[in-house]
Amino acid sequence: MVKISLIINAQPWEIQVEPDETLLDAIRGKVGLTGTKKGCDSGECGACTVIMNGRSVNSCLVLAVEADGQEITTIEGLSHGQELHPLQAAFISEGAVQCGFCTPGMIMSAKALLDSNPHPSEQQIRQGMAGNLCRCTGYGRIVAAVEKAAQLIGGDRLDATGSRQTGNQV
Amino acid sequence: MQQVVGKPATKYDAFEKVTGQAQYIQDLTQPRMLWGKILRSSLPHARILNIDTSRAEKLPGVKAVLTARDLPRHKIGFGNDNEVLKGSKVRCVGDEIAAVAAVDEGTAQEALALIRVEFESLPGVFEPLLALSDPSVLVHEEKGSNLSISYQFMTDEKGVEAALDQAAVMLEDRFVLPFVTSAAMGTHGCMAAFRNGQLTMWSPTQVPFLYLHELSLALGIPGSRIRVIQPTIGGGFGAKLDMYPYEGACAHLAMVTGQPVKILFSREEEFQASRPRQPMLIDLVTASDREGRLLARKAKVICDNGAYNSWGSTTPFVGMQTVSSLYRVPNVRYEAQIVYTNNPYSGAMRGYGNPQHTFAVESHMDMLASKLGMDPLELRLLNANRSGDVTPQKMQITSCAFSETLRQAGENLGPLPSEQGKLRGKGLAGLIHVGGGARVYRSDGCGAVVKLDDMGRVVLLTGATDMGQGSDTVLAQIVAEVLGVEIKDVRIINNDTDLTPWDVGSHASRTTFIAGNAALLAAEKVRGELIAAAANSLQVAPESLILRNKRVCVDDNPERFIDLPKLIRSLHFREGGKVLVGEAFYDPPTEMQDQHFLGNVSVAYAFGAHGVEVEVDAGTGVIKVLGVTAAHDLGKAINPLGIQGQIEGGCAMGLGYALSEEMKVLEGRVINGNFLDYRLLTAVDVPEIKGIPVESEELAGPFGAKGIGESCCIPTAAAVANAVYAATGVRIKELPITPDKVLQGLNELRHVSGGQVP
Ligand code: FES
Ligand code: FES
Repeated sequence: MVKISLIINAQPWEIQVEPDETLLDAIRGKVGLTGTKKGCDSGECGACTVIMNGRSVNSCLVLAVEADGQEITTIEGLSHGQELHPLQAAFISEGAVQCGFCTPGMIMSAKALLDSNPHPSEQQIRQGMAGNLCRCTGYGRIVAAVEKAAQLIGGDRLDATGSRQTGNQV
Repeated sequence: MQQVVGKPATKYDAFEKVTGQAQYIQDLTQPRMLWGKILRSSLPHARILNIDTSRAEKLPGVKAVLTARDLPRHKIGFGNDNEVLKGSKVRCVGDEIAAVAAVDEGTAQEALALIRVEFESLPGVFEPLLALSDPSVLVHEEKGSNLSISYQFMTDEKGVEAALDQAAVMLEDRFVLPFVTSAAMGTHGCMAAFRNGQLTMWSPTQVPFLYLHELSLALGIPGSRIRVIQPTIGGGFGAKLDMYPYEGACAHLAMVTGQPVKILFSREEEFQASRPRQPMLIDLVTASDREGRLLARKAKVICDNGAYNSWGSTTPFVGMQTVSSLYRVPNVRYEAQIVYTNNPYSGAMRGYGNPQHTFAVESHMDMLASKLGMDPLELRLLNANRSGDVTPQKMQITSCAFSETLRQAGENLGPLPSEQGKLRGKGLAGLIHVGGGARVYRSDGCGAVVKLDDMGRVVLLTGATDMGQGSDTVLAQIVAEVLGVEIKDVRIINNDTDLTPWDVGSHASRTTFIAGNAALLAAEKVRGELIAAAANSLQVAPESLILRNKRVCVDDNPERFIDLPKLIRSLHFREGGKVLVGEAFYDPPTEMQDQHFLGNVSVAYAFGAHGVEVEVDAGTGVIKVLGVTAAHDLGKAINPLGIQGQIEGGCAMGLGYALSEEMKVLEGRVINGNFLDYRLLTAVDVPEIKGIPVESEELAGPFGAKGIGESCCIPTAAAVANAVYAATGVRIKELPITPDKVLQGLNELRHVSGGQVP
């Protein structure tokens, strides 16, 4: 067991992990945040996507020890109380959720995309989400949700916790 | 004017899902929970000589190791040809041999590696045609043959032959369909707890009551001691229709250890050991007169069943309907053979045999059109079923907007303007599917209870399972509409057999229709009681009252009203009062087919058509799908937003079937059991999909609705094949349509036409 310290959703954590334990297993098993999903455990489905230091990663491909000292955002870190992040709200309103198993990973990938490119074209959205598989929706509603969220956010950069800096609506 | 039904509604449980709070089987835990693991066969066919579990048992942290010796020898599965753990013989790779429970996953895994199994390897049989013709390898010796089930439907034999003799045009072709798999993002898993003689099973099953029954038979404990709770289901698509052997093993582990036990599938297990869609060989004969009127159809179908029967062994029921009843065809002969092999055993997957059969039938329609020099749309319209038709299998077509869907999806068919080396074309394919339940089991019923409490909160208890498709939302809409409340005021309880009434399960696209009707009837009963009570208290005639905005009010004088909570309290808070509960059971007026496969299995049938536009690179054979138009006769769109999602998702699955998906099985072993090698389409691959709901107002449906869940994926692959033909002149009769097959076809054409690229 190795002790690591990291920040998850703005909370500092110290946890004991096995040297070969993935960040995904640590987040789900040790920290108890089960919103991040395991769809394949080998970097092929994107269900486990989280944001590490501003970049989206497949947490099943990151060793927990590699996350020592890093800052992580998971799906649980996006909403504030009952107030949803615009991406979450748009996934609901555009009908982008069916079984929902891919949804947390989709939203985290979309967040990383919008953080780096606030006004993506449809093609850029599709490319940005290509690492996230969905078996239910055919992606159309998901793309629509990301477009809608981009509008809601109004192009302002999100801060690290996903809050809007200013509230310009388009 | 409807307030809720027909308006877009967001998914009932979307909030939990977008915030990561939804609890799937992967997320559930219990105090003292153990982890279970299954030792699976690495061989496709072998006798088990000995199993030594002694080293595994001694491993610290291991609480139980079970083999067939420890279990009652109950047969399980559809057809009773399977066991929870195999004691004497394994028949496919992945067969369950031993089950382990340990304090954590790692220990359970380690224990598996310590179990020694001595096998005597047997020759395997992996080709259904060979399995039929050569009985030297028998998957189930006691059956004496590898033929598991055969199906035969025939109109008058002489009529078929006479029609074939008279025909102006006759086509005969073989269509080949591969293994594909549901690949739900949420893998299988279950958790069992056995306390005080009662088993509680958490399982993402699509059919909780049939599952409970199967579990009781497998375990030999009465169903009255079993409770099934479904966590949020991470997709089903049919693969969660059967009770799996590992689930029986999990229950046994919980019984012997006295601790809760959970087993989860890895993705690799999901590929090898969940139920895929069956590969088929379809030999199809289609005959017509000179004008294109269909005269006869003959189909001979061989299905690779794999090692055991599952519900999937009954899919010819559905495929047969497409052969006999998608178009008007007076003379039909259909035969299917379900053949045991040592491959993974197939099951149900969205469409239940129909995508395979529709691929053959709708490819043939285009081939017939080109042979006759007819427009493919005109040929279809000429033969399309209409309202009032009774098909050769005695299916009664009620509402039917088939022709309308064909027209909507079938604009501008054929070759499209192309650029140098990029050949474009558009193809069409139609479909028929059950849309008003399907009596494949003695019951096709669903129960519903609607309860109102003194605060005006409405609860619907329904047996109907939502595995992601959105039936919970539709049911909430129906109840909200009838009771004049908002969707938000309706709570759905649909996942606990202790609370919910009987339902035969989420399959056959039946939930909106059947569970919707049950919910509608139950809500109407409550509505009747509310109206009667309000008429009394407002001193007006009941006919003058309506329910709206959580009130009962006088229709032409909305100022005269009583609020629902107040009205309900007036019934509760008095001597001789009553609770507001309405129950209903809806079982449609249909019949099981007789031994000749005659009978009206569904109250209503769903129709639809997909038009697909492709661009084929003449140099590489790579196909790019430019767009899909999917028109569906769904009776009435109760939730247009949900419908859109169903259509887009179904089309994407259909495009995957057409172009990229194939589970490759070599000597019984899945050799591409991961998402790098088994290619699901991604957001980049899926084009714009235009869903067109066509409303035909089915009289028997709730608010006119029919089922649509499976329809959306059924004709896509045939439409792609027809589009590829329109673009290139290459006819592909084997899925998936890969670039090498297209190139080979192009080369053959070049050869024939002396170097001319079509
Ligand atoms: S679980 Fe990490 S990519 Fe699939
Ligand atoms: S919503 Fe089911 S996998 Fe995406």
